[in-house]
Amino acid sequence: MSRIFERPLYPYERSPDQDAKAPVRHPVVVVGAGPVGLALAVDLALKDVPVLVLDDNDKVSHGSRAICFSKRTLEILDRLGCGQPLVEKGVTWNKGKVFFDERQVYEFNLLPEAGHRRPAFINLQQYHFEVGLLERLRELQAEGKPVEIRGRNRVTHVEKDASGARLTIETPDGPYDLEADWLIACDGAKSPVRSILGLDFHGRVFEDNFLIADVIMEAEFPTERWFWFDPPFNRGQSALLHKQPDGVWRIDLQLGWDIDREKEMREENVIPRLKAMLGEEAKFSLEWVSIYTFQCRRMERFAHGRVLFAGDSAHQVSPFGARGANSGIQDTDNLAWKLKLVLDGRAPESLIESYNRERVQAADENILNSTRSTDFITPKSEMSRIFRDAVLDLAESHAFARPLVNSGRLSVPAIHDASTLNTADALPGGPARTRPGAPAADAPSGNGWLLGKLGGGFTLLGVDAKVPEASEVKGVPLRGIALSAGEDASGALRERYLGTAKQAVYLLRPDQHVAGRWPSYDPSAIAAAIGTATGGTA
Amino acid sequence: MSDLKTSPNLQDPDGFYAELLAAHEGLTKAESDALNARLILLLANQIGEREKLSKALAAARDITPQGGAKS
Ligand SMILES: Cc1cc2nc3c(=O)[nH]c(=O)nc-3n(C[C@H](O)[C@H](O)[C@H](O)COP(=O)(O)OP(=O)(O)OC[C@H]3O[C@@H](n4cnc5c(N)ncnc54)[C@H](O)[C@@H]3O)c2cc1C
Repeated sequence: MSRIFERPLYPYERSPDQDAKAPVRHPVVVVGAGPVGLALAVDLALKDVPVLVLDDNDKVSHGSRAICFSKRTLEILDRLGCGQPLVEKGVTWNKGKVFFDERQVYEFNLLPEAGHRRPAFINLQQYHFEVGLLERLRELQAEGKPVEIRGRNRVTHVEKDASGARLTIETPDGPYDLEADWLIACDGAKSPVRSILGLDFHGRVFEDNFLIADVIMEAEFPTERWFWFDPPFNRGQSALLHKQPDGVWRIDLQLGWDIDREKEMREENVIPRLKAMLGEEAKFSLEWVSIYTFQCRRMERFAHGRVLFAGDSAHQVSPFGARGANSGIQDTDNLAWKLKLVLDGRAPESLIESYNRERVQAADENILNSTRSTDFITPKSEMSRIFRDAVLDLAESHAFARPLVNSGRLSVPAIHDASTLNTADALPGGPARTRPGAPAADAPSGNGWLLGKLGGGFTLLGVDAKVPEASEVKGVPLRGIALSAGEDASGALRERYLGTAKQAVYLLRPDQHVAGRWPSYDPSAIAAAIGTATGGTA
Repeated sequence: MSDLKTSPNLQDPDGFYAELLAAHEGLTKAESDALNARLILLLANQIGEREKLSKALAAARDITPQGGAKS
């Protein structure tokens, strides 16, 4: 039986575009059907924005790569309508343990707080994640949504101008040209679109190699993230163990810089390393082995006229912290509604500049965090190793040192405090976690969850305050939801949305980030805030 | 209050100094380095204030081995 990532899931089919006399023009072309391109396509299709996805192959990610998907990603998938099946398929975890040599020095729980629909993380093979999005895309297509995916369509040339871009695409039947009003490059870290346009991608390379092995075995380890510094089975290096569905375990072993990659990849060399960790008698088979090095870098800008970059093409981080795919999904969450408004003529084109600014801010945060983790995990000088080991030695018996242990600061969404789309906080006593710029926090609501009620447009959320059910501001539809803090016996809604305020009205963007908040409904304040949240950025 | 104290504040300076040296006695260079690192972390936690720690780091860096404070 072939594995899911070996099967063509969107095989090449000849498109009428290939026989057109002049290049056909599409409103939005997405290059790349990785997690990011697929999420963007699903989001745009849901919004009735016609979108064409091109990918140079016809399969999902070969081998797993990303395995940890964060709470925020799951919340976005819920909005896209495919969260539940992926959560059911995935392995839910909140806890992690850190070992130094043979001792456990630290244990953490990423989501010690109740009252959220989704856990801190699920583990799921990247190929399953992509299949889930692809199935959702097919579902929308069947419903008549304007989305199309073309396999074995490799973009080989791009020319951009003020009105969009013209691309040349290589297929099994030869090349053809297309035009796009907007071209979104989700074509991964090596982004051909970025190279073709001669755009920068600067940052830091970490001189280290990591062996990743996804092994299939029956094992008794708990569903937790286990991280080792300097374990007996991988002296002087680090190791990571994670559970995935289908009896697959991710093992990640640091190898150091001066190695023979080709040799280390050979099964006869991989197996003994794994046995040293899992025990001589352990029974396992290899699903996928790879050696990777990593970098932390980003493009200076993610928007170049009407060519936009999202996901790994725009920014790359080390895997410690699971910030790669997770931040890429947030890019699409941020971008889709803005493109929709601009394409509908409800917002100026300069709104897209806020995508650039907000997501550059997020990328910087992710790069900072993953760089710090990497510096802790793989000390690059004698003194940094001395301090690292001192922290680990102290952590076992002294609680103060535990927050310094950095085996990866796991992905959390960025709060866009300085965004020009925000209206200044006008809710005295409002909690900090839901301040303007922050993503809405989930909370129990009736038989369901708050985030599930928000939908995909602008929302007015009244907590113990009246808001109109439906209104419209400058052609932008606004849905109102009124909740009462008393309905949620756990008190989470009050704590997360009122703080010490008696009542509150929140304006939420389509990506569920808070645009502004007030003590009560004031139509002129709301209208101004929507203007600000959909306005251009000078 | 985040000014770094650089005027005398140590109780029993000679006694403290002797104890500091004694703590390192019989240790290898590597063990001493590790002890120093643990000590710095413990003291940093005791101070806690981020700004004060930055000032201490800057003050430590500002001294050149032979020539006192840099201008
Ligand atoms: C070992 C490892 C572990 C990781 N773990 C995690 C994790 O736990 N959590 C997490 O969030 N992230 C993780 N990541 C990062 C994650 O894999 C990436 O961030 C993610 O794949 C980026 O998605 P993307 O869609 O931007 O790019 P990609 O997944 O690289 O997809 C790009 C797509 O573009 C297509 N393409 C490329 N060139 C062309 C062209 N010329 N024409 C048409 N199509 C083209 C490719 O075929 C591909 O389908 C990990 C990465 C590695 C290597």
